Amino acid sequence: MLQRKRWRFAILAILPTLAIFAWVRMYPIAETLRLSLHEWNILSKNKPFIGLANFRELFQDQLFLTALVNTSIIAFGVLIVTIPTALVIAALIHHRTRSRFAGFYETSVFIPHVVSLVPAAMAWKWIFDAKLGPLNALLQMFGIPAQAWLFDPVLSVICIIVLCSWQALGYAVLIYLVGFKNLPVSLFEAAKLDGASGIQRFWHVSVPLLKPITLYVSVVTLISAFNVYAQAFVLASDSQGAPGRQVRVLVLDMLENSFRNYRVGYAASEAVVLLAIVLVLTLIQFGLLREKGRS
Amino acid sequence: MTDAAMSRQASAKSGGRMKTHGKLIDLCIDVFLFGFSLLMILPLVFLVSNAFKTPQEMLSWPPRIIPSDPTLENFRSVLADTPLPRWIFNSIAFASLSMVAIVATSAIAGYVLAKFRFRSLNIIFILILATAIVPFEVYMIPLYFQAQMLGILNSIWGLLLGYLVMSFGIFLIRQNVMHSIPDELLEAARIDGAGELWIFWRIVLPLLRGALGALAVLAFFQAWTSFAWPMIVTTTRESYTIEVGLALFQTGFTVDLGRLSAASAAVLVPSITLFVILRRNFVQGVASTGLKE
Repeated sequence: MLQRKRWRFAILAILPTLAIFAWVRMYPIAETLRLSLHEWNILSKNKPFIGLANFRELFQDQLFLTALVNTSIIAFGVLIVTIPTALVIAALIHHRTRSRFAGFYETSVFIPHVVSLVPAAMAWKWIFDAKLGPLNALLQMFGIPAQAWLFDPVLSVICIIVLCSWQALGYAVLIYLVGFKNLPVSLFEAAKLDGASGIQRFWHVSVPLLKPITLYVSVVTLISAFNVYAQAFVLASDSQGAPGRQVRVLVLDMLENSFRNYRVGYAASEAVVLLAIVLVLTLIQFGLLREKGRS
Repeated sequence: MTDAAMSRQASAKSGGRMKTHGKLIDLCIDVFLFGFSLLMILPLVFLVSNAFKTPQEMLSWPPRIIPSDPTLENFRSVLADTPLPRWIFNSIAFASLSMVAIVATSAIAGYVLAKFRFRSLNIIFILILATAIVPFEVYMIPLYFQAQMLGILNSIWGLLLGYLVMSFGIFLIRQNVMHSIPDELLEAARIDGAGELWIFWRIVLPLLRGALGALAVLAFFQAWTSFAWPMIVTTTRESYTIEVGLALFQTGFTVDLGRLSAASAAVLVPSITLFVILRRNFVQGVASTGLKE
């Protein structure tokens, strides 16, 4: 009787949240999966089922393949820049926890992560600007000719990686700092007694112990970088000023197919590819964690 | 002899030389970290300073942090050309409503999922868990058509549709309830004849104040910085959020960095100030995302 009453309260209490969840999460996710197997032009009423034809077309679509390659380069570029930098910076900040400036270090590394994307991207647009930007002026001081950073297809990818890494770093440092705080102090004392130097302790004690955290931060960084959109939209306009055309990324390609070419089913199949990438990354993370737990 | 005593003796033996050596290293680390921290915020510092520069001074090298001839012309011309206050209002209204919705739904769902053990609830939890890893970008197109059917495109309600719930918020509260609210406390209240709703309102919520604060800050900033969703939901100048407005403003004009900086600075300064004030809440919230495992 009492148990029944509690059950009724629990269900009634969770029902509104569950309903919203079903409405704005589960239903659209299911709908994405369903639409990806249909041909749907916004303007026409019927949506014929066409199986995997959308996916077959995707992998011959030059624009999509470019977007996929660009996005992957950006995502792995951000990963390679962010993770080692974050590990070292977090180690140094942790070492100087008692310093008067520790709060300043933490805050200023973290600020780029919380500021809105577009204003922050504006700051970098100025830095990279070919005529006004300080980057070119700096390079010229060393005799390096000015570059059209934001209009060159290779350089503009690098610019996006720099911007995304600048923003991702704060999060990674923060998570690493939590990790450092949870490391067992006794191990470090033991290593110290054995005469290990600070760098040796970092490399042979901290880094291996922090492996699960490295894995977690890497996956989170990769996933968010695969969803890059605003950064490319603001930084990489093409020569006619069309935003984001210079460096085509997955989300941009998807939105163009849906809202410019009116091919919603096709755009949904791109979303499914994005989902597949995210799922694979997550599974890799779980797989590696479990392996580590066994050994 | 204890370990601690031994280590004390060891360090005493190597003497004062080690100590000064260590101090020197610490000083180097401080100098490095200080420089690195400054570099991290330098782009934003320059953004704010550029907002006050005349077009001539924008060209000068090296760039000055404090403009020699500060002007408000950039701000005046941005305000004349764009409904910037309107965009800021839209963003604040959207972020506040989203914050309220997320805190409310997460608090109740997190509590129920933590303290009531029924099989039906397990199924609900697994459903929420399964959708948590799906990025927003994956399902935003069908969600757009839902907003269209409701006739709420180009409005704050349309924006809100995408940001009503937050899976991570539910996990955060659930975790907090499990760790900080003992079953005995709830049982004692039940024996005293308290109703379930009363328990939630009078016992659980006050104990969750810290976690709810962290979640509120996180939710507000999440909506405030959102880009892709507002980009597709709003298509009229009056309904843009500040992010979308700024991004389109920079394409609509020939690149005028002075005015772009002014508009950006007008957004950045309040949000950074807010962040520095709420830093503890924020850091606590973000840090707990990493503690899930």
